[in-house]
Amino acid sequence: MELDPVFLSRVQFAFVIAFHILLPAFTVGLASFIVLLEGLHLFRRNPVYLRLSVFWTRIFAVSFGMGVVSGIVMPFQFGTNWSRYTDATGNVLGPLFAYEGLVAFFLEAGFLGIMLFGRKRVPAWAHFFSSIMVAAGTLFSSFWILAANSWMQTPVGHEVVDGRYVPADWLTIIFNPSFPYRLVHTVTGFYLTTAFAVLGVTAWHLKRGRHVDEARTVLDMTVIFIAIFVPIQIIAGDFHGINTLHHQPVKLAAMEGLWDTQARAPAVLFAIPDEKAERNRAEVSIPALASIYLGHSTDAVIKGLKEAAPAERPPVAPVFYAFRIMVGIGLLMLATAYWGLLLRIRGRLHTTSTYQNACIAMLPAGFVAVLAGWTVTEVGRQPWVVYGLLRTRDAVSPSLTGSDVIMSIALYVVVYLIVFGSGIFYMARLARAGPPEHVETREPTLGERPARPLSGAEAEA
Amino acid sequence: MHIDLVPIWTLILGVSVFMYVLLDGFDLGIGILYPMAHGDDARSVMMNTIAPIWDGNETWLIMGGMGLLAAFPLAFAIIVPALYFPLLLMLLGLIFRGVAFEFRLKKTSHRRWWDLSFFAGSTAATFFQGVVLGMYVEGFTVTGRAFSGTSFDWARPFPLATGVGLLFGYAMLGATWLVMKTEGDLQQWARRCALIALYGVLAFIAMVSVVTPILHPQIAERWFSTPNIYYLALVPLITAAIALIAWRALRRNADYMPFIGAMGLFAMCYLGLGISLFPYVVPYSVTLWDAAAVPSAQMFLLIGTLFLLPIIFMYLGWSYYVFRGKVTADVAYH
Repeated sequence: MELDPVFLSRVQFAFVIAFHILLPAFTVGLASFIVLLEGLHLFRRNPVYLRLSVFWTRIFAVSFGMGVVSGIVMPFQFGTNWSRYTDATGNVLGPLFAYEGLVAFFLEAGFLGIMLFGRKRVPAWAHFFSSIMVAAGTLFSSFWILAANSWMQTPVGHEVVDGRYVPADWLTIIFNPSFPYRLVHTVTGFYLTTAFAVLGVTAWHLKRGRHVDEARTVLDMTVIFIAIFVPIQIIAGDFHGINTLHHQPVKLAAMEGLWDTQARAPAVLFAIPDEKAERNRAEVSIPALASIYLGHSTDAVIKGLKEAAPAERPPVAPVFYAFRIMVGIGLLMLATAYWGLLLRIRGRLHTTSTYQNACIAMLPAGFVAVLAGWTVTEVGRQPWVVYGLLRTRDAVSPSLTGSDVIMSIALYVVVYLIVFGSGIFYMARLARAGPPEHVETREPTLGERPARPLSGAEAEA
Repeated sequence: MHIDLVPIWTLILGVSVFMYVLLDGFDLGIGILYPMAHGDDARSVMMNTIAPIWDGNETWLIMGGMGLLAAFPLAFAIIVPALYFPLLLMLLGLIFRGVAFEFRLKKTSHRRWWDLSFFAGSTAATFFQGVVLGMYVEGFTVTGRAFSGTSFDWARPFPLATGVGLLFGYAMLGATWLVMKTEGDLQQWARRCALIALYGVLAFIAMVSVVTPILHPQIAERWFSTPNIYYLALVPLITAAIALIAWRALRRNADYMPFIGAMGLFAMCYLGLGISLFPYVVPYSVTLWDAAAVPSAQMFLLIGTLFLLPIIFMYLGWSYYVFRGKVTADVAYH
């Protein structure tokens, strides 16, 4: 077997970023959820909200810690494996990545410590303010990293000098054409990931008759939240798709499984794409529907994969299937949301055990959807690393051999499985334990303020 | 209007890397000394002296890495692939070291395993940082705009030797930190460790000072040509004076002076390295100005950095102030 450093570097990058993205997918939403609980506690003075906030802050601490650890690895990947990409794009993307890092740094240094350890040391409003700043920090981090990623999808605002990209207009670079859509779609996706994780844990407690007050409160809140945000996400996804149609038609054709350019383009529900024969096998489709939701008319012409030479197309099957997984989960989420809303209107939300089982089953749904969506957008960008400008095969570090990368992948896999396996085990234990019966009011000893995210779980226990 | 931002970014990066070496240096040093301490109680106190601050210390590494990527992208694109395995093993070491702080306290049945992970992670991270230092001094093989050596260039005598040298260096920082932060038997033991580590460090400083000018004539030229030699001779003289002060402070049972002396030794070595390598950011082919990002990129990032750096320094100062004083067995941060 030939050891191709480009392919293996992609495998390695996919592995480390897949582990990493799951953590912000959870913490971005959880930080905002904690702000909501803190705010409700502050203004309504109901101890249920305080107990819930303490409970979810513990879980937040562990996932944030793992997010930091897996995040440190990421910037070094750009250098170790993708040095020609770094050389070409450094002037444009370097500051965006650095701002992301600085924001995370500032957030960790400043407000996380108070949020995790300061409940008894600062006034309630200051604690609330800190949780707002942490949540804002996670959103700013998302802003910068998605600006960088979107520029790689729809690069504008730069000049090409000696084969490298030099910034011409920073605002154009940051607010590139796909950025607003990607930002809304991704952050909403992160919020829904958190909402379904929260819903699953809550239903698990409710089913066992534990922490009933807390569980009912959260269930009521979350069902309303998902009933509003799942439809918003589906609409945002549609707009993001139309944006992709304009800027990356080949990616869109792969997502839709369309080979020929056509009016009355069908919506392909299922198929087995055959890249050699350039057609779908076992296709099940609805005529003209894709033209309607993409072009808002049955006569809208949608470009097919054959518009691009085979070497200019992304791998079709992964993009095609990942897109269906994402959309399928979206529809399951919609069903969960409206089933819950219906039960709530009929006053049976707290007592229907089949619904609780469904919520438990949906706990990992958001995580799967995030990974699937990420696959659609990143694999769909191939064979480019910067769309239309820099090919992935031209981006890899020239000094790397295939066996170098095999060794590093093996080490990453072993270490991540041990370390993150332990972390997930520990988070699951915290989730099973549930909210505390009452929040400690004891004044901690002077000097007791560990500034480490993972210790927050212990400090508030 | 054109302002040359390269000196400003050189200063910011230089300070970030030095902050990282000093601050993570002493807490990695404690990891290195960890299994040699007498008993679990002593080990818990050692860990508690650094528990509240170690992760803040580590963030300087991100600052340095991201700063290099953004301000000197060409240097990042050449150096980082050259350090493929040393960086990989350093990062994995830091991961094991980091989680050990938490997991060792959670499950007593696995405690020995996480203790081992703390020691091995700290040692591996330190050793490979020393390897990186050695490779940096040796210089990188560059063709055009890319590293053209192999991923195993680090497996040579000089980088491996500096790897061992840095183990002594961080052990010295860690031991003198313990002298400052602890009392009684543990403090006495830390003094003995600090003395041994100091001897090791001085031997390595001497070795590097002799080998480097021999390997690199241009470095010899910089230090030994007139008139440079008249004022650069101050660097080894001051280094020797600091070493003497640190040694006497350890012999006289001083609390604070050994740590200050150890930091002084690191500062002088860092200065010496800077004098030897300037103006190269990729020794000995790419200068700071060759590797610099375009001015608009450097300026765009500088605005935010100049706003955030003072805040980070203030927070850091406050954090160390809160945790000042001796740590004893009954003060736990958990």
